[in-house]
Amino acid sequence: MFPRRLSVFILRQTLAAYFGGLGFYMTDALDQIFVTTKQFLVAFLAGLFPPAWQPLATLLISAVVMVAAIIGVFATLFAITTVLERKGLGRMQNRHGPNRVGIPFTQIRLAGFGQPAADGIKALIKEDVVPVAADKVVHFLAPVVMVVPVILAYAVLPVGRNMVALDLDAGVLFFFAVGGAVELAVFMAGWSSRNKYALLGAMRAIAQMISYEIPLILAAVPVIMIARSLSTTGIIAAQAGQAGFLPAWFVFTPWGFAGFVLFMIAATAESNRSPFDLPEGESELVAGYFTEYSGFKFALFFLAEYLGLFVISGLAITLFLGGWHAPFPWLAWLPSWFWFFVKLLGLIFVFIWLRGTLPRLRLDQLMNFAWKFLLPLTLINLLTVAVWHYLSASGWRWAVCVLMVIVPYVALGRGLWGHRRVRKRVYRYAE
Amino acid sequence: MTLSFALIALLTVVAALAAMLLRNLVHCALAMVVAFVGIAAAFLNLDAQFVGFAQILVYVGAVTILIVFAVLLTRGGLAPERSLFSTSWVWGGGVALAVFATLAWAIRQSVIRDRQPLPEPDVTVKQIGEALMTRFVLPLEVIGLLLTAALIGAVIIAMKEAPAGGKREKESADLEEPGNPPSVMPPPTPEGGLS
Repeated sequence: MFPRRLSVFILRQTLAAYFGGLGFYMTDALDQIFVTTKQFLVAFLAGLFPPAWQPLATLLISAVVMVAAIIGVFATLFAITTVLERKGLGRMQNRHGPNRVGIPFTQIRLAGFGQPAADGIKALIKEDVVPVAADKVVHFLAPVVMVVPVILAYAVLPVGRNMVALDLDAGVLFFFAVGGAVELAVFMAGWSSRNKYALLGAMRAIAQMISYEIPLILAAVPVIMIARSLSTTGIIAAQAGQAGFLPAWFVFTPWGFAGFVLFMIAATAESNRSPFDLPEGESELVAGYFTEYSGFKFALFFLAEYLGLFVISGLAITLFLGGWHAPFPWLAWLPSWFWFFVKLLGLIFVFIWLRGTLPRLRLDQLMNFAWKFLLPLTLINLLTVAVWHYLSASGWRWAVCVLMVIVPYVALGRGLWGHRRVRKRVYRYAE
Repeated sequence: MTLSFALIALLTVVAALAAMLLRNLVHCALAMVVAFVGIAAAFLNLDAQFVGFAQILVYVGAVTILIVFAVLLTRGGLAPERSLFSTSWVWGGGVALAVFATLAWAIRQSVIRDRQPLPEPDVTVKQIGEALMTRFVLPLEVIGLLLTAALIGAVIIAMKEAPAGGKREKESADLEEPGNPPSVMPPPTPEGGLS
């Protein structure tokens, strides 16, 4: 059994080297690889300028490098997600997703992952149709106004250790402030198209986004209260380490769990995804506010929607799921950006899953759900987090806070249900 | 006056003028958004992050949307046929000049002019929060109460009490006329939903 003993020996030696100094150095280097690459790139490019201009050039180049990285990475993720979503939904509906597009003139099909390239080329070479009655300037500006704030929101999103483009003192506030501009773009698109479907879709979208923005922000407030910081890096730093056998992420506290669920529901509505996709309900409104858009402008709306979904999931990760922290210390040798993207893909999967599972809500259900159910629960959650903060850490604190989450949830749900009785649905068919 | 301030001021003033002079009401509202963003940029230029972002959140995200909704729900944002401006603009200009002169005179007389410029404060969001929660907690609570009262008042004005035997009951009575043939598919039983 010599070879086996040798392999064990090699494995043991490798592990020893790994968890010794060399391994630590390697993981650290891998963790910071993008940061060091960026620093090298900025220093190299700034060195090409005359010395007097170098401070300004460093600033500008650093900004351009970060913007290019954000757009490149998340646009690629968008391309991958469209395929994953279509294939995932296909699997849930007992059919294959896209699986035809491959490399031209060969038999290679790439399992459907050539589809985004085909879609992109199609969007680029399609005719850009603008309605005669449309308000040309506003119609042109709407997709731009839609994409810009979404990309701006990525500026305060930490995707790894030391990997945030703009570490603002009021980062979370910045995030919600630029998010408010999206509603304006929706209105511009719907109004300028001079199409009743577009206008109705825009009105629905704005009403929905305003209604769900309030629970969204209020669900994030408890985290800010506990972390004592509005900065995204500060919030992540507050979730470092372990609490018992669980990581010290806010989602593993009663108020954090409630806040996370409320935040995710509001985020689904905010990004107009199923089951809250009324603004673009195909059966009622053709395509909602972007009915009159074609070609690449349509693709921009599509892109903005997905980028908005990623960035709001990223904020959920930052606020509740510990940001880029590894779940357990013995997994910390994997780089921080890896953990961020694992969590992000997990949340994207949840969104796809929900889309494949739940039917679309009715408009009155949508509004009632936001104002009568989500909003009171988020307000009670504020109280819960105050109680959590002022009680000393013990089993009592857990019991009290769990009760403060569950009792309002059950009471509110039952109260809103009223005296309606649920019966088995009876169908009668023509004979 | 720095270059950034000059650019921001130019943007804000031009946008504000456009908001006043454009004929289409929706265009006016959109120009006003640009003016609001310009004001927020001016705050950010002064390192007042919190105020700048709050300006965008409140004015761009909420107030403008409210205005736009009001425009859409009332007259549909049609451009008026007649000239927008009154013929007696000379009088208006005179009043504006008089107001400006009064204000300028008052400011020149004021003691503020003699005050030394304060050292540049380094305000963080935390300090603003502490000030709001300690020294200014009473004004904050009063404003909160006022806004809540306004909110409830708006809901009460908008809420219509259903008169007894009113429209809704009539409609349902019309639907269930005895002559109507029974439909083949009954309407689905009300199920689910939180209303």
